[in-house]
Amino acid sequence: MLFRQLFSVNELPIDADQFNILRNNNTLSYVPPCFKESLMRILFSATVLIVIVSFICNRKKTIAGLKTGLRMFLNLLPPFITVLIGVALVLSLLPKEVISALIGEKSGFLGYIIAALIGSIALIPGFVAYPLSAVLLKNGVTYPVIAVFITTLMMVGIVTIPLEKKYFGWKVALTRNLLSFFGALIIGSLMALLWSLI
Amino acid sequence: MKKYFLKNRTDLIIILLFTVFAILSIFTNFEFGLKTISNFKISFLDMIAFIPLIFVLIGLFDVWVPRSVIQKHIGQGSGIKGIFWVILLAMLQAGPLYGAFPVALMLWKKGSSIRNIFIYLGAFSTMKIPMLSFEIGFLGWKFTLLRTILTLPVFIIIAVTMEKIFKNTFTVHEVHNE
Repeated sequence: MLFRQLFSVNELPIDADQFNILRNNNTLSYVPPCFKESLMRILFSATVLIVIVSFICNRKKTIAGLKTGLRMFLNLLPPFITVLIGVALVLSLLPKEVISALIGEKSGFLGYIIAALIGSIALIPGFVAYPLSAVLLKNGVTYPVIAVFITTLMMVGIVTIPLEKKYFGWKVALTRNLLSFFGALIIGSLMALLWSLI
Repeated sequence: MKKYFLKNRTDLIIILLFTVFAILSIFTNFEFGLKTISNFKISFLDMIAFIPLIFVLIGLFDVWVPRSVIQKHIGQGSGIKGIFWVILLAMLQAGPLYGAFPVALMLWKKGSSIRNIFIYLGAFSTMKIPMLSFEIGFLGWKFTLLRTILTLPVFIIIAVTMEKIFKNTFTVHEVHNE
């Protein structure tokens, strides 16, 4: 129930045109549609309303839930800020054109491979990966490439293979990661095919 | 508090260094620094207003949706119904992929099939509800739905393949925390 409400708040058409308008402005300011002020206000009021309803239903549970949320938020904050610093530095060092040549629209299949490799090696929590992807989109990276990046980030973990091995053994761990790597490329390719159709 | 600083040592040092760098850049009018600050400020301000709200909702979701109810159904039926419950269980979890391995061990002990264990890992990594809410917020409905719909069959196929390859040798080992 809670999330259905949250989802409906976020139900926004993000279409290519909107991004193009933003891109053509030639500024670095990226404003995802969900941050538009009025929608921010709706999301904010919805959250407040949900908290009040939850509080009336069960005070203890609500406080426990808010504490969980706060703890997760505080744990996320340092790595989140670090990644934003990293992104800001990379964006200053590499002009938009370079990023877009590497993993942008004209990079072709090479862009997918680069995104898949970065996603496989990097150990970025999802809470950070999505904001990062939003910034990349603004800088000319396409949705299918983002899909490859996100999928490998989630399903392939080269750094965590030693841990995975402890549970399943080398063969299983390596095979699962390898299959997931190619799976991500397939997801990206299908995404590219379907994105413009829908 | 001390634990928090220790745990996030590296990140906090980087943040501190960046702050020093930012202050120096402003005083010396260092162009590269100023550009970086403005890049940082834009993305930070955009996101910092939005993220706490999501965490409030995730926290409440965590207390109101009992996982034990779903866990009861795991192990029952290994057909479509089993797949359904495994995916539902995975969607209600939170955390990184390596947090899913201990759950996989639990599933294995409870008599889950090899296929369902890998379906669990696939769903866990790509379809967790807290993550999906983030994804929708930052990348939109269209992207999130399309990615989820495309990912679902892919990880089911991977699970079936894994079961075929490792039918006779598969096991999940007890791992003790060192």
